[in-house]
Amino acid sequence: MIKAIERYREMSPEQRKGYRKEFFINNSLYMFLIAAVIVIGFLRPNFLSAASIVNIISLSAANLPIALGIAGAIILSGTDLSAGRIVGVVACVSASLLQASGYAGKVFPGLATLPIPAVLLIALGLGALVGLINGFCTARFHLHPFIVTLSTQLIAYGALLMYLRIGNNNGQSISGLDSSYTNFINGSILSIGKTPIPNYVWYAILITAVMWFIWNKTTFGKNMFAVGSNPEAANVSGVNVKRVTMLVFMLAGILYGMTGFIEAARIGSNSAATGLNYELDAIAACVIGGVSFVGGIGKIRGVIVGVVLLRLIFVGLTALSIDANMQYIIKGLIILIACAIDMRKYLVKR
Amino acid sequence: MTKDTGVLLEMKNIVKEFPGVRALDGVSLTLRRGSVHALMGENGAGKSTLMKCLFGIYSADSGEVYLEGREVSFKNPNDALRNGVAMVHQELNQATKRNVMDNIWLGRYPTRLGFITSEREMYERTKRIFDDLGIKTDPRRIMSTMSVAERQMAEIAKAVSYDAKVIVLDEPTSSLSDREVEHLFRIIETLKQRGCGIIYISHKMDEILRISDEITVMRDGSHIATEPSDNMTMDKIIHLMVGRELTEMYPKKTNTPGKVILKVEGLSSKHNHVKDVSFDLRQGEIIGFAGLAGAGRTEVIENIFGISERESGRIYLGGKEIKNRDPREAIRNGFALITEERRATGIFGILDICENTTVSGLKKYLRFGLLSDKKRREDTDWAIRSMNIKTASQKTQIKLLSGGNQQKVIIGRWLLTEPEILMLDEPTRGIDVGAKYEIYQLIDALAAKGKSIIVISSELPELLGICDRIYVMSSGRIAGEVDAKKTTQEEIMTLASKYM
Repeated sequence: MIKAIERYREMSPEQRKGYRKEFFINNSLYMFLIAAVIVIGFLRPNFLSAASIVNIISLSAANLPIALGIAGAIILSGTDLSAGRIVGVVACVSASLLQASGYAGKVFPGLATLPIPAVLLIALGLGALVGLINGFCTARFHLHPFIVTLSTQLIAYGALLMYLRIGNNNGQSISGLDSSYTNFINGSILSIGKTPIPNYVWYAILITAVMWFIWNKTTFGKNMFAVGSNPEAANVSGVNVKRVTMLVFMLAGILYGMTGFIEAARIGSNSAATGLNYELDAIAACVIGGVSFVGGIGKIRGVIVGVVLLRLIFVGLTALSIDANMQYIIKGLIILIACAIDMRKYLVKR
Repeated sequence: MTKDTGVLLEMKNIVKEFPGVRALDGVSLTLRRGSVHALMGENGAGKSTLMKCLFGIYSADSGEVYLEGREVSFKNPNDALRNGVAMVHQELNQATKRNVMDNIWLGRYPTRLGFITSEREMYERTKRIFDDLGIKTDPRRIMSTMSVAERQMAEIAKAVSYDAKVIVLDEPTSSLSDREVEHLFRIIETLKQRGCGIIYISHKMDEILRISDEITVMRDGSHIATEPSDNMTMDKIIHLMVGRELTEMYPKKTNTPGKVILKVEGLSSKHNHVKDVSFDLRQGEIIGFAGLAGAGRTEVIENIFGISERESGRIYLGGKEIKNRDPREAIRNGFALITEERRATGIFGILDICENTTVSGLKKYLRFGLLSDKKRREDTDWAIRSMNIKTASQKTQIKLLSGGNQQKVIIGRWLLTEPEILMLDEPTRGIDVGAKYEIYQLIDALAAKGKSIIVISSELPELLGICDRIYVMSSGRIAGEVDAKKTTQEEIMTLASKYM
């Protein structure tokens, strides 16, 4: 920071002008974020109330793990369309295993309430399995992840519909969750003002910290970026490209599993529509945050900014009571503009 | 350090057959410790097949490889690397969005606890190797911001970091300026002192004669000769390579320059260092642009072609001012540009010859709004015949042709747009001697027919051999104009460093 200021001082007025222009364009996302908060806060004072802020934070937290998973796939210059459906499957399975013992509409009436860690393991395992299938097909058969995950999301959806007909459930949504489970996710140990911060916010922060460590400090993380940047170079240098690809998708699957496990209790009622289109928001958040489809480019910080910005837009537009149909158009435009600005950084002027 | 000239690597009677061709017919190669062994041959002679057999990309049908007396058979390039046999490819294969040290330690990052990477150790180890080799690049720089030369040095440093005993350099100087070549040769000297053996693949005779201790020549998949380089001369090597005497390196010039057709005045570019460039070109004339890498030669012709933004300057074609704001406008004005990076910006690898030949003038083939295949086939036939392109058919994918033949297809493509001004950027890079001669002939024949030609080349003899006049550039400016018949390489080199 100090270095940047020193460098700025040494510049000629002309250079300074150019530098300022670049600075504004490159940081326009952050400035937009700040400006949007101020403007909406001015028009709708409620928007800056503790309740509203906690709302935005918790909605972002709920979306963060899935975006972090998809970001890995995008860094490999792939994508993952199966994320939302995996969340749906895991959410329904977790919910069915953790229904309150007295609840009338139980999927498995004879089942005692399982310990939470056991169900969490099942949830993560289920996510990991589908992720591994995605990764395996991508790496082994050299298919584009778009095709692979397009297929697996259909398979996951079919399996989910069948699962919802198991026992005496007959396709209904799964609710009546055990209080230990809902408390574990929705309970709170800390409040801002009178608004409690739900526990899953802390889980999301923990997951993000772990992901930052994996991306930046581990061999696997560096290999992921290298494979995304130039798979051939990575291969020649002895990186097991197939293994890295499979691990990236598996890690993504685990994060979707985590999201599903949280989502089941967060929402409370789980149907075949749970998780629908989550991957699209997550992909949008990633590209807004500068995770590039070119491959090999992306930062955890960017994913966080992308997720928060997208949530801020959604909540802000609603707070401004803008017509719901209009909201889609605005969202679409914002994603386009954000990506165009981001792409500018990688274009070499000539 | 005493010079141990023991055998380091020995390849014996390597045979490799592909369906229908015997690519390697019992080739042997012996590399001594602390020496440079040049491997020469025309494109298609089997040099790269031999190297691919060494590195396990192909498995040889028969034959043995001994490394320090021990029989080895590498499964893949990485296996070879871990055993101290490294290759620096002509086409650099790097993760360009990552920094230097990430690339060097890729696949074996120094770690703590087995999975946490240690940035500091990476930095220090990279720095140490760079200092040893006299490389000044910051190990933290992102690859894509570096020049080809710097990236190549990083690649050699990578080989050194593996403690490589055998280093194969494939066309290492094809995109380096003379000064960078000197640096490379100093590094090679250091490696020799350390007892490394270097296999040096190149088409550049003068370099080979200067740097190598032994020379092996291959032709049509067979071993032709291995001799100490002191016994070799340029003529002898060419003779061995082509199997016939190439009496002259350059064809006799037959063109006669006429009136000035293109005049460029005070050209400056907006985003790079091209500054105040003025020159003129006559009808039927061949002019050359000489200069060191980074002198701005490519940038000048790209600017004229409308690829990069112009700050100021005027272009007159036949006395009339033109703008050439983008390549389409330039093409309409009768310009054609054959780019330097053939693979990146020239060919459409997976498309066939016909598509590649006709892609720049598709409008010409429209009949009632539809493309006429008959006309396209005729034109492609014309290109194949008139330029002597060696291909099985029009339907062959262009990536399967040799470099020289690919280049001819691209020249054919631009000739079909019927250009008046043909600009060629490094037209013979990575092309073997025989094909080079054919391309020179082609350039001369076009000029004789009244086309005006601009050639950029880093090989001075080539410019001296084919051009009428040569403009020398230095740091984005024109440093001088010389008559190709009267000037010397020394004069050009002096001009090239005028503004440094």
